[in-house]
Amino acid sequence: MKIEQLKQDWFGNVKGDILSGIVVALALIPEAIAFSIIAGVDPMVGLYASFCIAVVIAFVGGRPGMISAATGAMALLMVNLVAEYGLQYLLAATILTGIIQFIFGVCKLAKAMKFVPHSVMIGFVNALAILIFVAQIQHFIGETWIMYVLVGLTLAIIYLFPRFTKAIPSTLVAIIVVTAIVILGNIDIRTVGDMGALTQQLPVFFIPSVPFTLETLMIIFPYSFALAIVGLLESLLTANIVDDMTDTESDKNRESRGQGIANIITGFFGGMAGCAMIGQSGINVKSGGRGRLSTFIAGAFLMFLIVVLGDFVVQIPMAALAGVMVMVSISTFDWSSVRNILKVPRTDAFVMVATVAIVLVTNNLALGVFAGVMLSAIFFAAKISKVTVTDSLVEARNTRIYEIVGQLFFASVSDLPKRFNYEDAVEHVEIDLTDAHLWDDSAIAALDKIESKFKDANIRVTYTGLNTESKQLKNKIQGIPSEH
Amino acid sequence: MFKRILLAVDGSEHSIRAVKYAIELVKKFDGVIEAVYVVDENTAKKDVLYATNKFEIEAKRKEKIKPIRELLDQSDVVFGTHVLHGEPGPRIVEFAEEREVDCVVIGSRGLNQVQSFLLGSVSHKVAKRAACPVLIVK
Repeated sequence: MKIEQLKQDWFGNVKGDILSGIVVALALIPEAIAFSIIAGVDPMVGLYASFCIAVVIAFVGGRPGMISAATGAMALLMVNLVAEYGLQYLLAATILTGIIQFIFGVCKLAKAMKFVPHSVMIGFVNALAILIFVAQIQHFIGETWIMYVLVGLTLAIIYLFPRFTKAIPSTLVAIIVVTAIVILGNIDIRTVGDMGALTQQLPVFFIPSVPFTLETLMIIFPYSFALAIVGLLESLLTANIVDDMTDTESDKNRESRGQGIANIITGFFGGMAGCAMIGQSGINVKSGGRGRLSTFIAGAFLMFLIVVLGDFVVQIPMAALAGVMVMVSISTFDWSSVRNILKVPRTDAFVMVATVAIVLVTNNLALGVFAGVMLSAIFFAAKISKVTVTDSLVEARNTRIYEIVGQLFFASVSDLPKRFNYEDAVEHVEIDLTDAHLWDDSAIAALDKIESKFKDANIRVTYTGLNTESKQLKNKIQGIPSEH
Repeated sequence: MFKRILLAVDGSEHSIRAVKYAIELVKKFDGVIEAVYVVDENTAKKDVLYATNKFEIEAKRKEKIKPIRELLDQSDVVFGTHVLHGEPGPRIVEFAEEREVDCVVIGSRGLNQVQSFLLGSVSHKVAKRAACPVLIVK
């Protein structure tokens, strides 16, 4: 059964997988180079990463047909590390990222994703889109109007070419056309070659040359942790999208472990940390890719192209890559969140905007997500901490009945005692907790306080309608029976 | 003649008009309707981003085609509804062949030439590629 499943995963869709893998490889090249440039490393680092990650994840990933490679989200997190400490520390951080992700997967923490509310995820993708866009501005500095024309041309081809055929990725067509114009027209403009060296070699195994000390660990750990979280967040989001697009299920914990293994291996082969890519995975599925073979072909064919076409790649003008990145940014951004910003609940909109703002201020996607989750938790606590107290008098029994409705916990009980009238002229108060739930000792303490205040006024207090769970908590904390 | 009709819907006003046509048509021939809603890449991306779990996604999609279901429910014709995944044009054609339908009924968004060049017209694609007659409702 297992072998059969494996066979189906790999060879269930050979023709579709090979074709789509080739299409993805072509579409990956410009992005891998552009993301390397965002991170501040040579283009080879992103290309090696895309090759290694795609090939490794084809074997160990949990979502067949999903494409993982060097990504913008990850590149943006490494900028400072590369600028301050250099490439070797980035490679070490990549390996540590993989280790963290692997542990995450082994502990089956993929479920923790559900604690990231969708307003935070939307903030995440929007912030990512803005950062990718902003990262392109540097390429315009010191360039003439030709730069703007070429970027415009790149974008025009990217968006209009699919109207004629979708067989070839339009980003690739745009790059070829714009590069040809620059070469034939002898236009003097910055190219990939100016950004760093491109070697036409397969990646080799080596151990990053960093001192193996606690100090190194302290330097790379914050980066690795952020990379691990963001990588898994985007990978699991992408896995959900691919699940939905193909109407199939996937193993999220296996995917987490797979992302870890892929990043560990990539680090040892001179590549930067990466994760799953929403856009590329979409291209793969749309081009007919379903199985693991498609991801494998994407990585392998990419490396083949670099080895064969390296001389051409260095001549790609930055204008063409900037155009591709603008497209990536536009398609990453969730435009409906802007259209609907006044329609969605105000707290949701606030969390989304706050997530974006924190990312833009700190330049750190992980911090934005963390703050967004915190903020959502606070809003949630505020929302469920609304407790209503209504009272009614039963004159025959000289009793006032208070009905408490809501969740009683530390955030909701601070004002609770004030909502009872302790100068009442009754003998007996009945607190009806049928629609209330006691969650913690703050809730018990609040009820105790109410009880003792009534006792001071010589009013007897009884509780009714306590649910079993709340009763257990109350007994455990107070050690006295709650009902007569 | 039109025993089994594929009705392509997207929850928009245009598709509601198509539903009404399909109901009339099916009544005349005493046939059945297969209502199809195709989730494309962008919709999948958006729906996943906006939902916390799969049930929520499913519920949202059901909500989207609810007006269409209601119309079909009221009409007492025999029908089935399907949520499919892929690119709308090719997926509709594929499903039409799978189910051997006699006719595809689809609403037209009424795009002008520039719009249909930029956005791509699903109804045109279906009309071009389907093996059976296609009724484009304007």
